[in-house]
Amino acid sequence: MTVKEIASILEAKFLCCEEEGDRQVHSAFASDMMSDVLAFVTEDTLLLTGLINSQSVRTAEMLDLPALVFVRGKNPHQDAVERAKMIGMPALITHLTMFEACGRLYQSGLGAVEIEDYDGEMEI
Amino acid sequence: MMIKETYQVTAGDMTAAGDVSARIKRHMKQLGIPASVMRRVAVGTYEAEINLVIHSDGGRIDFAITPEGIDIRVVDVGPGIADIEKAMTEGWSTATNEVRNMGFGAGMGLPNMKRNADEFTIASEVGVGTDIHMLFRI
Repeated sequence: MTVKEIASILEAKFLCCEEEGDRQVHSAFASDMMSDVLAFVTEDTLLLTGLINSQSVRTAEMLDLPALVFVRGKNPHQDAVERAKMIGMPALITHLTMFEACGRLYQSGLGAVEIEDYDGEMEI
Repeated sequence: MMIKETYQVTAGDMTAAGDVSARIKRHMKQLGIPASVMRRVAVGTYEAEINLVIHSDGGRIDFAITPEGIDIRVVDVGPGIADIEKAMTEGWSTATNEVRNMGFGAGMGLPNMKRNADEFTIASEVGVGTDIHMLFRI
């Protein structure tokens, strides 16, 4: 799925780097906790987040992610958009909630990130 | 060819947190380090940098390429870690709400560094600071 297709599914608007909209995305990860993103995300993964400061963009940058989406219509801080522009990272904003954004993408065939060390057992 | 660089990290400045890691990543790209290694180093240094910004009174990150691989050393001046074993446990954190609002402080920083590095050692003295060493084989 391309970033442009994601924009269409999520009724999202590009905040920057629309010219990079043909990038391919193979999975998605949704979180406001950047350490979780850093722990589990692999390349070609779309990040959906409600975290609107520049650390969301920096996290995507460290992982070479193809794009990120800010959910629930929350406008990211100016420095976050500037950072995204600077590194050529498509940043999108959707009015959908995190739940609905994830649901629509999943329904459209975008899968979850595989967590390598998950052995089917949860420690509770 | 031996390459060694030192980057200073300022405590408390969350908006600049990540600048050093981004510079190290750019440098690795110029040197043609494979993407998979680069990503592991980037995650390790970024988590370390965030820790310096939020927990220490400032410190430095040394980046070196040695025959063994990419060598990262993170040294800070600060409160140190009283119980390293606890600090290495996923989910254990002393971060403030302000830090959590920035997307960190979930208690994943040190475990993330260890997971990404091929070798990881940590030493800390309360009231003095913390010294972390990570080696990433290429």
